[in-house]
Amino acid sequence: MRPILMKGHERPLTFLRYNREGDLLFSCAKDHTPNVWFADNGERLGTYRGHNGAVWCCDVSRDSMRLITASADQTVKLWNVQDGVQLYSFNFDSPAKSVDFSVGDKLVVVTTDPFMGLPSTIQVKRIARDPNEQTTESVLTIKGPVGRINRAVWGPLNKTIISAGEDTVIRVWDTETGKLLKEADKEIGHQKTITSLSKSADGSHFLTGSSDKSAKLWDARTLTLLKTYVTERPVNACAISPLLDHVVIGGGQEAVHVTTTDRRAGKFEAKFFHKNLQEEIGGVKGHFGPINALAFNPDGRSFSSGGEDGYVRLHHFDPDYFSIRM
Amino acid sequence: MAEVISMADIEASAARLGIDLSSINLDSIQLPPGEDFGIQSGDDGDLYQDDPLEFEGGFGNIIVVDNLPVVPPEKFEKLEGVIRKIYSQIGTIREGGIWMPVSPDTQKTLGYCFIEYNTAQEAELAREKTNGYKLDKSHIFAVNVLDDFEKYMKVPEEWKASEIKPYMPGENLQQWLTDEKARDQFVIRAGSNTEVFWNDPRQLMPELVHQRQYWTESFVQWSPLGTYLATVHRQGAAVWGGASTFNRLMRFAHPQVRQIDFSPSEKYIITYSSHEPSNPRDSHRIVINIFDVRTGKLMRDFKGNVDEFATGGSGGVSGISWPVFRWGGGREDKYFARIGKNVIAVYETETFTLVDKKSMKVDNVVDFSWSPTDPILALFVPEQGGGNQPARVSLVQIPGKEELRQKNLFSVSDCKVYWQNNGEYLAVKVDRYTKTKKSTYTGFELFRIKERDIPIEVLELDNKNDKIIAFAWEPKGHRFAVIHGDGPRPDISFYSMRTSQNTGRVSKLMTLKSKQANALYWSPAGRYILLAGLKGFNGQLEFYNVDELETMATGEHFMATDIEWDPTGRYVATAVTSVHEMENGFHIWSFNGKLLYRISRDHFYQFLWRPRPPSLLTAEKEEEIAKNLKKYSKKYEAEDQDVSMQLNEQDRKKRKMLQDQWNEWVAKWKQWHEEERQFRIQLRDGEASDEEEEYEAKEVEVEEVLDVSEEIVADQD
Repeated sequence: MRPILMKGHERPLTFLRYNREGDLLFSCAKDHTPNVWFADNGERLGTYRGHNGAVWCCDVSRDSMRLITASADQTVKLWNVQDGVQLYSFNFDSPAKSVDFSVGDKLVVVTTDPFMGLPSTIQVKRIARDPNEQTTESVLTIKGPVGRINRAVWGPLNKTIISAGEDTVIRVWDTETGKLLKEADKEIGHQKTITSLSKSADGSHFLTGSSDKSAKLWDARTLTLLKTYVTERPVNACAISPLLDHVVIGGGQEAVHVTTTDRRAGKFEAKFFHKNLQEEIGGVKGHFGPINALAFNPDGRSFSSGGEDGYVRLHHFDPDYFSIRM
Repeated sequence: MAEVISMADIEASAARLGIDLSSINLDSIQLPPGEDFGIQSGDDGDLYQDDPLEFEGGFGNIIVVDNLPVVPPEKFEKLEGVIRKIYSQIGTIREGGIWMPVSPDTQKTLGYCFIEYNTAQEAELAREKTNGYKLDKSHIFAVNVLDDFEKYMKVPEEWKASEIKPYMPGENLQQWLTDEKARDQFVIRAGSNTEVFWNDPRQLMPELVHQRQYWTESFVQWSPLGTYLATVHRQGAAVWGGASTFNRLMRFAHPQVRQIDFSPSEKYIITYSSHEPSNPRDSHRIVINIFDVRTGKLMRDFKGNVDEFATGGSGGVSGISWPVFRWGGGREDKYFARIGKNVIAVYETETFTLVDKKSMKVDNVVDFSWSPTDPILALFVPEQGGGNQPARVSLVQIPGKEELRQKNLFSVSDCKVYWQNNGEYLAVKVDRYTKTKKSTYTGFELFRIKERDIPIEVLELDNKNDKIIAFAWEPKGHRFAVIHGDGPRPDISFYSMRTSQNTGRVSKLMTLKSKQANALYWSPAGRYILLAGLKGFNGQLEFYNVDELETMATGEHFMATDIEWDPTGRYVATAVTSVHEMENGFHIWSFNGKLLYRISRDHFYQFLWRPRPPSLLTAEKEEEIAKNLKKYSKKYEAEDQDVSMQLNEQDRKKRKMLQDQWNEWVAKWKQWHEEERQFRIQLRDGEASDEEEEYEAKEVEVEEVLDVSEEIVADQD
């Protein structure tokens, strides 16, 4: 089916997130205003105004009531999804890069960038049921990884936090003590910055995308490398299909390296791989800049991609997609 | 190995000589360089034996001048002044770099001195220039580099017959040709790795033969018959080959070698280096060595100023065009030649001297080329005297140097010579000025070398103002292809040197209109041609059958920079090399345009098929095989079938294994997920389940009244 082009951002997209039911799509971009869209027809529902910097990441609570966003303006803001009212703002000393709600939505993990001599951190905040009782203290602060931590997510049962970033190493931390539990093998791991990390629907495994032009699939509990998907371009975004054994990875040549006028040169494609066989199934072209964000609808019947070009493209799969035989 | 001397032995011998050991600081003893008293140190012994090139002593910049006059102290300064004058002209002498020892008894000089230059090159130059210099009748300088002294000292006084080693049968250097599957090899260079592969089109992937990091310092090159792979290093070039793997067969010492070139039947290798001047008085020098490939013996060297080797003698730093020496005379490696100012110097390889002891004088010659099969030279002399003397293309037979054929050409701006690879035909592309001299148009002069008196035919294109973009002869054939046109989409024409009735006339076969192509690649077996649109056309490919005059397939290798047919004409490789930052890697196609497999590699520098020597079959036998191809091909078709079945089977097994493994993981995850269920519910404050069916979509219609107003509408009737 023809993709639905959603032009609501003025700057490159950074992140896309569906709510649990898959009827809403939240998009973040380098302009300061996250948007929410109807995931079915691409109609824009509203915006969340208040940030004063690029918005890097967001997450939505299980009941689709609360949205949390991380921004380069050194704040993480909590919003009421329904009316776009800002409920609370956590202030940090450096830009916030990623946020993720825990199971139960009572905790949130935030990563902050290294900034003005401060090291990067992973912080856990408690989210109060009533916004009026919300406090700003961190329950846990983890320091250690060098460079930006591009993503940190909760492991199974909130017992662990999985982090990945510029130092190419995937780490698993204990959420009680903040201790480092596991570290991915440098030899088999990524060779360049890990740009993205995306969990499977049940949280048992996750996919990482890296500038080394590959994406890797890991077991969330044991941190064993399961699969590797190799492409021709740096990977900026990746997602795991909740329905079929597919993964989608996207990226493209960095804009500064694109030397020809031909659009194909950059390979701004969302590529589908068979999760198990590691074979390329196909590609979805259309963006005219690198793909920065990818998300599957929880029903697995559509996906959306966000590009450096400022567009969100919403793709509903054709019927023959579901009958692909490998 | 030296005998081990114990401390007790040392003390004993010290006592014998009356030396007090405690008064000697053992650390202060310095052995003369190069002298180790037979004691080998364990860490460098191997290196010395293996790599003498790298560890030449450190006195390369010092020369020893012998046969100087012996003078008393009064005249010492005068002599030193004379020597300084002579030697400072050649290079920069280091401060205090002249040392003339005097006899302690007589205070007279000893008749020799040492001179230290800044660089080894200067020292070498000084040795070359002043060895044999006559100061006066009785004092003829004998100059040597200090490093060489050791070598000369080691020459034994008595001649000993050298040991004759028993004959050892060598490896079969052509083992690769006996591959059971008749596959071809290729070498690629990507990053710091150099790898040799079998091209295995049945498996749809290459099979690694040999791989090495830092195998070469700049590039690799196959010898023309594929026997050797040559690598280039700072100290010289090396050739590799062998039956099972790649061993180093020979090394050719040539510091800072830049270029190499094999003779057509790979008997000789020419190495070239150029040395930038180190000070303003120096000139840009180049060194060319010719080695025998098998023995490694230096057959001849050429050293000189860059101007002497520049093409056409025009001078200038960039005037060298490689190869400086071009090999001729077909497969026998008999002659090689270079162009100089008004001369063509032709050498023969029996003695490595000029043929007839003198160069061939050709006024104003600017270009020459050899016939690929015969000792025939084609020369081009441009117009002289503002058009009074016409331009000239002539064919000269070597060694007789007699002119076989000559053609004068008028108002010519440029000529380019194309030999057909069997040496049967020669095409000269002639760019002529129009009457106004403002623009040029192109025509061809076609020579039939093998016919009596070498007839020449003139060919002009249908539209003679068309620019010629590319020209190529069909290998072993009588056809050629031309890309011509001015627009963004040029035309491609095919011509034959025969017509159906008359074998002596050229005829046009076909013109393909407006193609996206700018390069022609004939299959080495002829008949098929790949029309390629490189650069501006982004790698468009068209596989064309010239026998049937039809397109077999079209394809694209985006951004392709290089195209090479395998030596048998069965496969084509298209590659994107590191001139582009992206897309680096190569594709392998079948001759009829089917993409077989793709390999991507970052920093991809080179792709080279290993050449094959010419077939040993006679022409009749080849024809017979072609006639009965059906009979022969049966066997191979069966083999293909087997392989593809096997592949399918393997593939199926692999998939099954992967699927089983995956299922195992999934089962494990499910189990975990189930076990953690209670905890999850707890975390969610008792919200019962993970199941997604809990929610239901309700469509709610909300009507909002925005505004109500009453208006009286006039009744219209």
